[in-house]
Amino acid sequence: MSANSDVVGRTIERRKADPTQLLQILREVQEELDWLSPETRWDVAARLGIHATQVESIVQFYSFLYDRPRGRYRILFSDNITDRMLGNVGLFEHMLKRLKLKRGEVSTDGAVSVDLTSCTGMCDQGPALLVNNRPVTRMTARRVDEICDLVRGGVPLSEWPADYFRVEDNIRRADGLLGARYEPGSALQAAIALGRQGMLDEMKRSNLRGRGGAGFTTSVKWESCRNAPGAERFVVCNADEGEPGTFKDRVLLASFAERVFEGMAIAGFAVGAGRGLVYLRGEYRHLLEPLEAKLEAMRKKRFLGASICGAQGFDFDIEIHLGAGAYICGEESALIESLEGKPGKPRIRPPFPVTVGYLGKPTVVDNVETLAEATVVALEGGRAFAGQGTRRSTGSKILSVSGDCARPGLYEYPFGVRIDQVLEDCGAGDVAAVQVSGPSGVLLTPDEFRRHIAFEDVPTAGAFMVFGKDRDVFEVARNFAHFFAHESCGFCTPCRVGTTLVRDALDKIADGRGSRYEINELMRLSELLRRTSHCGLGQTAGNSIRDTWLKFRPAYERRLIRGDFDPAVDLEAALARAREISGRDDAGAHIDTHEGAEA
Amino acid sequence: MTAPDSTILIDDVPVPFKPGETILQAAMEAGVFIPHLCYHPELGAHGSCRVCTVMVNGRNASACTMKAAPGQEIEVDTPDLHAYRRTLVQMLFVEGNHFCPSCEKSGNCQLQALGYEYEMMTPHFVEFYPHRPVDASHPDVLLELNRCIQCELCVRASRDVDGKSVFALAGRGMGSHLIVNSPTGKLGDTNFAVTDRAAHVCPVGAILVKRVGFAVPIGERRYDVEPISEEATRCEVEEAK
Repeated sequence: MSANSDVVGRTIERRKADPTQLLQILREVQEELDWLSPETRWDVAARLGIHATQVESIVQFYSFLYDRPRGRYRILFSDNITDRMLGNVGLFEHMLKRLKLKRGEVSTDGAVSVDLTSCTGMCDQGPALLVNNRPVTRMTARRVDEICDLVRGGVPLSEWPADYFRVEDNIRRADGLLGARYEPGSALQAAIALGRQGMLDEMKRSNLRGRGGAGFTTSVKWESCRNAPGAERFVVCNADEGEPGTFKDRVLLASFAERVFEGMAIAGFAVGAGRGLVYLRGEYRHLLEPLEAKLEAMRKKRFLGASICGAQGFDFDIEIHLGAGAYICGEESALIESLEGKPGKPRIRPPFPVTVGYLGKPTVVDNVETLAEATVVALEGGRAFAGQGTRRSTGSKILSVSGDCARPGLYEYPFGVRIDQVLEDCGAGDVAAVQVSGPSGVLLTPDEFRRHIAFEDVPTAGAFMVFGKDRDVFEVARNFAHFFAHESCGFCTPCRVGTTLVRDALDKIADGRGSRYEINELMRLSELLRRTSHCGLGQTAGNSIRDTWLKFRPAYERRLIRGDFDPAVDLEAALARAREISGRDDAGAHIDTHEGAEA
Repeated sequence: MTAPDSTILIDDVPVPFKPGETILQAAMEAGVFIPHLCYHPELGAHGSCRVCTVMVNGRNASACTMKAAPGQEIEVDTPDLHAYRRTLVQMLFVEGNHFCPSCEKSGNCQLQALGYEYEMMTPHFVEFYPHRPVDASHPDVLLELNRCIQCELCVRASRDVDGKSVFALAGRGMGSHLIVNSPTGKLGDTNFAVTDRAAHVCPVGAILVKRVGFAVPIGERRYDVEPISEEATRCEVEEAK
């Protein structure tokens, strides 16, 4: 008890008793104590001088914060559709059976729990899992058995075979960013030579657009932030790469971090910001120490800190915040809420972060890839950058390719590349469909494979999931629906309730009890979500339902019953409890279901 | 007289607005009804219930969060928007446990009144029947979470008006729920008082003052005698005078 209190005390001291660090404090306390007991939660609140409700809301919001024991080994299988295609469900069930556990249950000795989690960004080397937030890739049945033995033997994670934790870059095609030789510090020097206004002018000439999906022109964002009233400004790097099927930011941060950090410093130089924050998703916890070490090395070389590269007045430093399992934090205003130590619920926009952002101050929020691209602009100039790609989509784009193909991994192309070119390069034959830009994106069929990756044609944040001819596209849509219901923040009515209604309707169809009625409901709910939701999560949550119904109708139709309607309540199942209590199981204790009536 | 640059068009009718006002504020002052649950004049915009969704120059927006601006052509009273609002109200009904005939708030409940307003004949969706315990621990106030619609009016009133922060939402998605600031999780162990503003802003029957049940008979209550669309705008216009 007092030992726990020491942990809380030390952590809070390290974080300077700053309530905006609440998420980081709770995360760090949990890393030592395995979970956050009621006493620990009250202790944190009391020491920070905040309401206990603030601690409760945050603990119950983030998937990776635990208000009840979850074992010393907390195993979470990634449950993206690509993990499913690689057989994660079988492996998950095999592990549960070996450990004699049910999903989410803690073993009686308090050692282990096993559950599912949203995509962990290892789609090119899945099936993947997290054990105490450390990724294990390339899972096999044998590896499940080995892990069960290690868990039973109480072997600490530091003694597990290092190979389990190996995460590959898998760069298959490199272009302007991934393929360029890079001298650390050179982009900073180039930006300093250009001057603050000169750098911004080059950004304008480059027409660089945000790589996180929305495609907003970066120079406009930077200029608005620079011109916004206020003495203090911030640069935020959005590394909450939560869109299932995307993993390019992981590779950029693992192997190109200096470029990302230099891009942040350049943004700070252009807009007049002195502090940068990286919001790193909790699933990428393994990158924290390497990134901290890189920051330290950059400070030593005066690429960060005061008077960067000797330039008077160019002061900029970076700190890293970790997320804790919430897809919604990829939305920029939810991300800022989370940085401030609150649940990640999107703010009312406008005002936009460029005027009212982190701590209410002007803030640039850019994707990892966008910031790395800013170094290309600094080095090569805006005009050269704009010479790549298409007129409206300049430069190159990194795609995270996964699913049914021979060579999953990263593919960087100049914008404008055709879908079928990507498919050929990654070794995908006999393709039924490609999901571009994740569950919130678009599903393309072979008649659309001549379309181009570009903001004006097929825009993308980077995910490119390939589905072969024998894949069941209905199960793709159902996997996505479960994802959205799990990740909805719950703030607005249509998304909070609607994503769950959509999920339940698809489950009913999967169960063989759906009819045209459910299809009509799904279309109606998708439209309501799109038109009335508070943020992009809800607005796009119905996309995959519409796409799959329009393009893969038979995948639904073969599951539908012919009648007009079948009640959602399964009367026969509802009587099970009554039968159990009364000890009856004769014919009179059963109801003729529709199958029964037909028989 | 109103200059044209401080006027918006709501369903083709010119409506004046003051600088900084939202579409909802301008509409209500002019006697044009836009339904809302999470908005309260004393507490500012929130934007979570979404029943105030309108069309602004062809795009959907929530009237309580969007500032009125010259040139806006706004649609409020259309069959499509009515259908969305009805569905949103139905969602709020099935998400909780709402048994109007046994509820003290019946007739004064804004959720029920909007159900009537948008001709909601059934809850339509499968009921979720969530397990939400009643909290009767406070001497003067009953917390009936079965009826909570998560509008956060009590959260905001307690924080911004009473300066107590007794309430908060915790959890995520369908797991989102109201909590109170006490070690036991009980309202009776907080510093909540019946005189708090937060005790009197609940649009439904989730926060009820004890021992005042059925002072006005059902059938003679606020929305029994006048539909919410007329009652709300009349009150707003009278207050503005």
